[in-house]
Order: sequence, then C-alpha cells, then structure tokens
Amino acid sequence: MAVVENLPSATQERPIGFGRLKRKEDARFIRGQGTYLDDIRLPGMVHGAILRSPYAHARIVSIDTSRALEHPGVAAVITAKDLETLGLAWMPTISYDTQAVLAGDKVRFQGQEVAFVIATDEYIARDALQLIDVEYEPLPAVVNARKALDPDAPLIRDDKDGQTDNLASPLWEAGDEDATNRAFAEADTIVERDIIYPRCHPAPLETCGMIADFNPKTGQLDIYNGNQAPNAHRTVYAHVAGLAEHMIRIKCNDIGGGFGNKVPVYPGYVCAIAGSIVAGVPVKWIEDRTENLVSTGFARDYIMHAEMCARDGKITGLRVDVIADHGAFDSTAQPTKFPAGFFHICCGSYDLEAAHVKVKAVYTNKAPGGVAYRCSFRITEAVYLVERMVGALALEMDADPIELRMRSFIKPEQFPYETTTGWTYDSGDYAKTMKVAMEIAGYEDLRREQAEKRERGELMGIGVSFFTEGVGAGPRKHMDILGLAMNDGADLRVHPSGKAMISISAQTQGQGHETTFAQIVAEELGIPPEDVQVRHGDTDRTPFGLGTYGSRSTPVSGGAAAVVSRKVRDKARLIASTMLETRPEDLAWEKGRWYVKGDPSQGAAIGEIARYAYSGDPMPEGLEGGLDAQVIYDPPNLTYPYGAYIAVVDIDPETAQVRVRRFIAVDDCGVRINPMIVDGQIHGGLAEGIGIALMEVISFDAEGNCLNSSFMDYLIPTALECPDFELGETVTPCPHHPLGAKGVGESPNVGSPPAIVNAVIDALHDTHGVKHIDMPCTPARVWAAMQGRPEPPQ
Amino acid sequence: MQTPPPLEYERATSVEGAIASLQRLGGEARVIAGGHSLLPMMKLRVASPSHLVDINDLTELSYIRQDGPDVVAVGALTRHAELLDSELLAEHYPIFRDAELVIADPVVRNRGTIGGSLCQADAAEDLSAVCSALRAFVVIRGPLGERVVSMDEFHVGPYTTAVKDGELLTEVRLPLRPGGGSAHEKVERRAGDWAIAAASAALWIEGGQIIDAGVALSAVGPTTVHLTRGEELLRGSSPSDELFEQVGQVASEDCAPFADGRGPVDYKRHLAGVLTKRALRRAAARAQGREA
Amino acid sequence: MQLEININGEPVSRDVEPRQLLVHYIRDTPGLTGTHWGCDTSNCGACVVLMDGKPVKSCTILAAMAEGHEIRTVESLERDGQLDPVQQGFHEMHALHCGFCTPGMLMTSRALLDENPNPTEEEIRMAISGGICRCTGYKNIVAAVQWAAQHQSAPSPAPPTPQEV
Repeated sequence: MAVVENLPSATQERPIGFGRLKRKEDARFIRGQGTYLDDIRLPGMVHGAILRSPYAHARIVSIDTSRALEHPGVAAVITAKDLETLGLAWMPTISYDTQAVLAGDKVRFQGQEVAFVIATDEYIARDALQLIDVEYEPLPAVVNARKALDPDAPLIRDDKDGQTDNLASPLWEAGDEDATNRAFAEADTIVERDIIYPRCHPAPLETCGMIADFNPKTGQLDIYNGNQAPNAHRTVYAHVAGLAEHMIRIKCNDIGGGFGNKVPVYPGYVCAIAGSIVAGVPVKWIEDRTENLVSTGFARDYIMHAEMCARDGKITGLRVDVIADHGAFDSTAQPTKFPAGFFHICCGSYDLEAAHVKVKAVYTNKAPGGVAYRCSFRITEAVYLVERMVGALALEMDADPIELRMRSFIKPEQFPYETTTGWTYDSGDYAKTMKVAMEIAGYEDLRREQAEKRERGELMGIGVSFFTEGVGAGPRKHMDILGLAMNDGADLRVHPSGKAMISISAQTQGQGHETTFAQIVAEELGIPPEDVQVRHGDTDRTPFGLGTYGSRSTPVSGGAAAVVSRKVRDKARLIASTMLETRPEDLAWEKGRWYVKGDPSQGAAIGEIARYAYSGDPMPEGLEGGLDAQVIYDPPNLTYPYGAYIAVVDIDPETAQVRVRRFIAVDDCGVRINPMIVDGQIHGGLAEGIGIALMEVISFDAEGNCLNSSFMDYLIPTALECPDFELGETVTPCPHHPLGAKGVGESPNVGSPPAIVNAVIDALHDTHGVKHIDMPCTPARVWAAMQGRPEPPQ
Repeated sequence: MQTPPPLEYERATSVEGAIASLQRLGGEARVIAGGHSLLPMMKLRVASPSHLVDINDLTELSYIRQDGPDVVAVGALTRHAELLDSELLAEHYPIFRDAELVIADPVVRNRGTIGGSLCQADAAEDLSAVCSALRAFVVIRGPLGERVVSMDEFHVGPYTTAVKDGELLTEVRLPLRPGGGSAHEKVERRAGDWAIAAASAALWIEGGQIIDAGVALSAVGPTTVHLTRGEELLRGSSPSDELFEQVGQVASEDCAPFADGRGPVDYKRHLAGVLTKRALRRAAARAQGREA
Repeated sequence: MQLEININGEPVSRDVEPRQLLVHYIRDTPGLTGTHWGCDTSNCGACVVLMDGKPVKSCTILAAMAEGHEIRTVESLERDGQLDPVQQGFHEMHALHCGFCTPGMLMTSRALLDENPNPTEEEIRMAISGGICRCTGYKNIVAAVQWAAQHQSAPSPAPPTPQEV
C-alpha cells in the first residue's frame, strides 16, 4: 500500500479488514499507467468509425460506399446489407426488443449507425466517413413523448410485425388502485404536480469502445471492452453472432468510468466483432464524445403526473402516472419481471396507506436507453418524484418539510417493512439519520438566516430529501436479465505461501474493488489486504456474474466474497484440527488463526494451514488438498440503504443564477467496508446530482436534432460548481447480508436532485409564489419561474 | 476523438513572412495562434482551411506596455493568462481581469490570445465587448503596411472582421485617460461557458461628471453590441443608480438577442439590462477610487 | 512531416501528418499513454500536459506546434523511483476513482504548486476548473493538492515496489 516512509501519514495504521485503507489500484493510475481501451495496441490492428444519421427519422434511399472504398487506407465499409448476410443487421436488446446494428430501411434517431468503416488509422477512418454518400428521405419525427401515442403520430417501429403504434412496453402497474382511491377520498390535503425528470447522460470521461480480435485459425474471439456486465455480453454475442460461448473471452482492463453507460450492447461493438470476423485482424472501434452523448444509453426521461395526499398531518397516499420515453429502440436494462425497473419504490420512506403506480413506455425518434447514470433501475426517478411531492405537500400544508417527513416515516419497530407496492425494506432508523443531517446543517440556524435574508430581498433556499432505495439485485427467483439470474460468483484461492487471490465477475470502473474486496477477505480470514489480489472483469478467469451497476457490487459480489471466505475458513478449521490433533469443535477463531479453546498458545495461522494443505501431510478424512473455495451467491433480498440530504442554495434575485452553497449528506448504507471509499462515492454522486439539477440535459428541437451533443452544451459541473460536501453517517446493518453491508454507489445521485430542486422552490416560494420548477434549473428557467411562468422542458 | 481534415502547416518566422504566406495562399489559409477556436472547429469538420500558418513564434507580437502617455498597447499574440496577470492592465483597465476570470478556463487561457479572440468575432466573445467599451483601436498589417481601425469598424458581422485575407491583426491600442474606471459582468450557465449575456462598461469621470463612456454587450446580437444610445445618456451626467438603471433599460431595448440553448430572448434582454447596470456601477466606483 | 518534440526531457522523433494532434503524438510514443482524451471540444482536460511549464490541452495543439517547446506528461512526475508530492497527495487523500482524469489533474496541480506553493481552496478549485472529473466530486482532489502543498519538500526515499504505491 502507500508507504512513503518518513511522511506522517505513513505511520497511520493499516487495517486488516474493514477501515480506511488507501487504495491498491492507485499505484498505476497516479503514474499514468492504467490500461484503458485506447491504450491497447495489437499487432495488425485496424480502426473502425461509424457513419451516423443526421436525421431523426428518414427512409434510407441509397448508400454509396464506392468513394470511400477508393481511399487507399480504407479496408472495408460495412452496411446493413453486409450484416444481413451474417444475420447481424439486427440484435436483441436487454429488454427483449430488437435494435438495428446498422440502419437498413430507415433511420430512427439522429446519430443512428448507418455504416461502419474499417481503415488503417483513426484519422483516415474519419476521413472515409465523409466519402460515403447516403440519400435520405426525411420523415416527420416523434420528439415529444406525450404525443407519441397520438393517433396521427408517425409509426417508428414499422420493422416490428404487428406494431401499429409507438407503445414500447405495455402498461405496468404496482400497488392498489382501490385502496389508493380510498386514501385520497379520506384525505384532508391533496397536491397534484406534473413532474419531469429530463433526459440526461452518464457521460463517463472515457467513451465506449471495443477491440475485437477474432482468430480465424482457432475460432477464438478475444474482446477488449470497458464493460459493466461482461458475462452477460458474452452470452449475447454467442447468441447474436452464432459463435461458441466458450470461445469468446471478454477482458475488461481499466475502465474510465461507467455509471451505467457501459452496460448496453452497442452497435459499434457488433460492427467491430463482425469486422474482425470478416477481416481476420483486430478491429478497434472507439467513439468520440459526440457519439457518446448522441447515441449511447441515456438516462431518465420520465414524464410523471402525481398526486399525494395527507390526513392529520401525515402522508397517506400516492398516485403516479408515467410516460417513459425509451427512444427508438427499447434497450433499457433491468430485471425481466420489472419492465419499469424499481420505479414502484416511489412509495418512499413513508408509512403510506396506499399507493398506485402506472408506467407506460413509448418509442420516440431519439437514441435508445433510459436506465443508466446511477439510477438503481429507475429509483432516481422514483425518489425524485416522491421527494418533490413531499416538498409540494409541505408547501400546501404550510408545514416544515422535515417535520412532515418525521411524522410520516416508517418507524424502526416496523422493520422489516412491507410497502404498499410490494417491497420489503430490511432495516432502518430514519429519524435518527434525519436528525444527524439537521445537526450537521445547523437547520434551525439556516431557517433563521433565511428569514433575515428574505427581509433584505436575498433569496436563499433550504431543500430536503430523504430517500430509501433498494440495491443489490437480486434473488434468483425474482431477478434475471435476459434469463440470466442476477447472482454473482466468487472464487477464492489461498496459495501455499498464505497469500490469496479472489476472483469476482465484474471490473471496477473506479469503485475501488481491488481494495475493498481484499479488505473483505482480510476481515474474514486475517490475510493482510496487500497479500490479497483481486482479479476481475475477465470472462475466462473470473466467475459468472451479472456485473456491476445498480450498486450491486457490495450487496452481491461482496456477499459472495464474504461467503467464499467463510467457506475457506471452515475448511481451514478442519485442516487445523488435524494439524493440532484435536476436534474441530474444540477450536476457536481469532482473525487469522484457529486456536485450541482454553489453550490459545496452541493454534495454526491461516498461512500455516495453507502450507499444510498443499504439502503431502495427511488431510482430514474426505477432504481434498489445497485451500480454496467457490461460491455463487444468491442474495435473499435487495438491501435498502437510505439517507437524509439537505441542500442550501443562494439565488441571485436579478440574474436567477443558482449556487449550491452547502450540501449535507448523511447516508446509512449499513456496515462500511472502507469509509474513505464510501465517502468518495458520495462526493462523486452529489456532484452528478448538482449537474442534473442545474445544468445537464439532453434536449431536442422539433425535428429531433440533438441540441447537447458535445461538452460545450452538455454541461458537467467543475470544481467551481461543487461546494465542500459535508458528510455524516449512521450505521444500521443489513440483517440479511453476510457483512451487514448495503450498497451505496448510487445513493447520492438518487437523493441529491430533489434536495436541490426543493431548495430552489424553497428560495422562491414566499417571495415569488413558485410552487414547482423542472430540471435543469438553469438561470433562464429559474428566471422564468420567478416571473410566474415556469417553463417545463419541451 | 474527432480529428481535423488533412492540412498543410508552416511556421512563420516573422510578421512579414506570415503576411507574405497569407497573401500567397489566399482564402485557403488561416492563421493559427492559440488555436482554441480554430482547431475545435476543424476537428468537428465545420472548418477546413487547407493551410495553417502558425504565428506562435512571433514573440514580438506578445507584449503589454505603455506606449507613450496616452496609450497602452497590447500585442495581438498576448495570451489570456498574461492579460489576467498583468498589473499594468489591472491598474488602468480592471475590466480585463473581470473578463479574463470568466473567459474559458485557466488551462485554455494559457494558449488563447487576444488577437485570436477578437478575430474569431463570436458575438458571445468577451474581449470584443471589453475593447469596444474601452474605445480601443486595432492595428491591422498587410502587405502594403498598417492601418488602424476602431472597434466599430473592426466588427463587421457575425464571425467577420475588418481583417482581410492576407492581413494580420498585430496590436490592440487602449486609450489611456485620467478618471477612468471599467468593469465586465457576465452570466453563464456554468464556469467556462460562453456568456448568456455580458456587459462591458467604461466610464471617465471628472469633477463628478461622466465625461466619456463606453458600453458594449456580448452574446445579445449578431455581433458585439455597441450601446451608443446608452453612451449618449451617460455623457455629461452625474453617475447615479437611477442613471445606470436607465442605461440598463436602453441595453435591454437596443440589443438583438436570439433564442438558443442558453436562454430565450426575454431573459437575455433582461440580463443585458441587469448586467449593464451592474457593470456601470462598478466602473463608476472604480473611477471614483472606491472599489479595489 | 518529420518532427522532433522534447517530451519529458527526451527528443521524440517521428514522421507524421501535419494535422496530427499533440495528444496523439504523445500517446503514440511507447510508454506514454498516460495522457488521455475524453471530448471533442477542449472541455474535459483529460489531455492536459505541461508546455514550457504551463498546463495546456494537448488535444487542441498540433504536434507540429509543439516542436521547440518542452512537453511534460504525467510519466515525468515520478523521478528516480520517488513520487511527486502531488502523486502521493492524490493517493493519500483518495483523489482518484477511475483514474481517467487523473493525469490531467496531476499536471494541472503540479503547475499550480510550482507557481503558487500555498494556494487557497478557491485558487485550487479555479486552477482545476479546466478539467472535468465525473467520479470524485472534486472535494478530495482539493484535499490532495493541499496535502501536496504541505509536503512539498519532504523527500520520499523508499522506492515504491509493485506492492507499495
């Protein structure tokens, strides 16, 4: 680990097990020695580039590739026609839809893939794009999701048999409509809002790409790819390309950020694979930033209509109706039985009497996607909805937003708690966490300051959000993606020297797996983390798993790592009993060592046991040599982290610019394996929340042209927009997780946008009568709200 | 990443040599200095000059100096970072530091130049408004010698200046007069972004009266908006909040913004007014020695 | 055209097209893929290197323009097996997650401390505002630069092994 011998921090104790441990993976990154996709060069490698549609909706009349093929540096130009002969023109999506790999009949969104060029270098590949002549016949485009189901709306998916409208996914419902109607009938207060969660984009700093290397002599396909779900992709490629699954290897290397952007299978990947199969050399395709923003998996785009009711000061019911804009192909990624993801957790942290949720998904002439950007399968949308509605209710009731929540929270004694929409929350003490946030924020002082400032015409807002989310999908009987159960494996091998290697399915994209998983083994077995190697993200060498997204690394892979470590520990006990000539039940464990109860000087450390296990010395009856184990972990439930967030904003009364002055985040994610890494995840997610709340949006004009296709217009917060985040914690262990841990990576993105928007409304309600505003709260939009004209997107 | 189309490159070793190359190559050639306007456009393939003449070695064009009692001269190749750091400019024209702090980002400011910014002539460009408000002149050199042009003459239209093919902008000349104060106010969606609107104001105050004024706006017209009507109101008046409000009103009325991703027309007009008022307030305070 | 560019104190010669960008020239040099790219419009800062000691965006400079100047990349920070305080600071303070923006942030921080050995938090945030980090939320990057400022002159004698940082 980090040792610079004579500096003060070097004397900091290094935990064996849980605790603040500096990261092992830093060693290569701080030296610029990470190996990201574009850093990989293979002998004979050629470069791909994609020609993309300028139109949102158009018939393809002709494609003329002859000029491009004349360029001496161009090896091939692939179009839909070529792919058809390979059966690859269309591919299945994770949502059981189909998506065009290269457009043949029509283009259905601006940026859609039309042709794939393979050339000797990337500069020439891009030159060649300008030499391909495509004739289009533009068609009217469906851009407004609310109008997608109008009777006269153009039909987008005329490629699908029997598709007569733009419905992407049938109506999905959760909760109880009758009970909800009753709750509303008995309510004394009702609020109603149209709330939009606009389209935004995960935009990891490293764009998506792949090197496909097919060896025609052996039939082996090696794939280098930043990939959050490599095993699932391998299964898809085997199916789509008609290749043998055991001859496909996906190796992830270092990934420059995922955030859900690197979950889908993209046409560029299939083109690279097809190109390599046909050309017999490695083909690298890596997209530029415009391609990333315009064509890869976007996030959100939920148009929601909601009502919330209360009686006697307590929230009692919620009704939500959603139009989900899925773009031109349905490629959302979520467990099969949950086509709207986990949106129905919008019942929130409250002891409701009833809730009723309806979600309808439509096609539009925009890029496909929807589930991404740390959303926990639509929980970002759900929490935004419920926390904005609670804010609206508080305004209507003239109640303090924290007091209203406190009165309505699920109480600690009610856990495990079954919600009105079918979730079983595992553990929680919400009031405690809320109080910690209030204390860190100095809530009473803030309210006083706000009142004083208001007198002087200064606009300050305090916004609250309290979220409960469910992460770590999931139990095999409920959760699968494309028929693959959402379980994850872990393999642990302890070598003769007592050092170990743990293999897990998915490659970290910054979450620190190389450190935290070593810490789990260290905690369970007492092997120091620097002696535990974490191997991940290589389908040939790591176990099957569904990958890392939806904050499942700790709940699922972490559970697997704990269970496999305990299996090894149990085997070690049996071996130790033979070594010490005693019975296994006479041994006790202290971290790293089995010892004889009542005679602690008699014991065997894990390293000694390992050496013994590989020697020729006799093993216990029926036990094989070696010291390793394998596990596939089936989580019994999701885990339910929660948090209390408070945002403080200042708004310039004349220019309407919003500044986040402070952000207080108190998270409860159960037991924390590495608090430093947990805090870091929260900082990052809060910055994303600021981006979403104030400046990030993927928007379109009436013709379907994307207006935010570069980082000049897709604005991501810099260090100047982010305050010094103030974090707190409470720890309420997860009762069913082997380590008592819950996931946390997405919580900050889930909880922060509603806190910020509630703060903006709080700043403007008393003075300007603002009751609602949509994201992003750009200066122009905030100003319009202040004039009494809140302008929703589109 | 997107990449530029094929190009020919030459590096100028003298100003005369650069001009001669530009003359020879005609409309197919562009000068490249900081390159942070030109190269992104070439990478997106919306600009494709076949020849680039690199003038970064012409250090004789990089300077900030007082040129006699009445002029501060700034070489066209002076980088934004140098304009930001310059104590000479900060002392006489604090508007430069205001503007530079909000132009692009600190890393881009190490490359971009004042000449490049002015010649790019993007209506949202801050230094164009600054120079207009300061009543600067620019020196354009061609094969037949130099000519000096006012900012009004310099701004011809969107992305178009008085610099013709075969000519080079070499210097910006800032009139130096006593009693001056200046300020730049900008609103953007995020640090480093182009302005939604920005206002530059310069006032020269003597004996409690505004003897001269310069007001110009960024991002609210097809090119930099020179607020002549506002200046007329200011000249001969005493500085006051009411006066500045009035000029702000003129700014709202006289600018010609169009709606885009940064904002709709009414908001931009509103900002033009607010920022003009604020810039004038600070310019007056500085002229009267009140604000640092 | 034949170019020779001084990178990390060594002349690097190659025959390239005039349009080749400096970031690609650097990345095509063996061992120098630490400089990254992340956008098309000079916004993200993943490509930041030092040119004559000042941070610049190498994606917006032609390689040809860099001839005659000194380019320093992230690979130059560690000298004789000793980490630069900014590198150590990023590690101490957990100022990196995926590591993709890190080289740009390190070079920007190095240049900042060379010019301003004791920057305020505001000055640090301004200095790094030309770079985007999607992972860290910037708080720990600020802390890392402050750590490095406090440990500028401390030597780090232990050569880091693969198991140490």
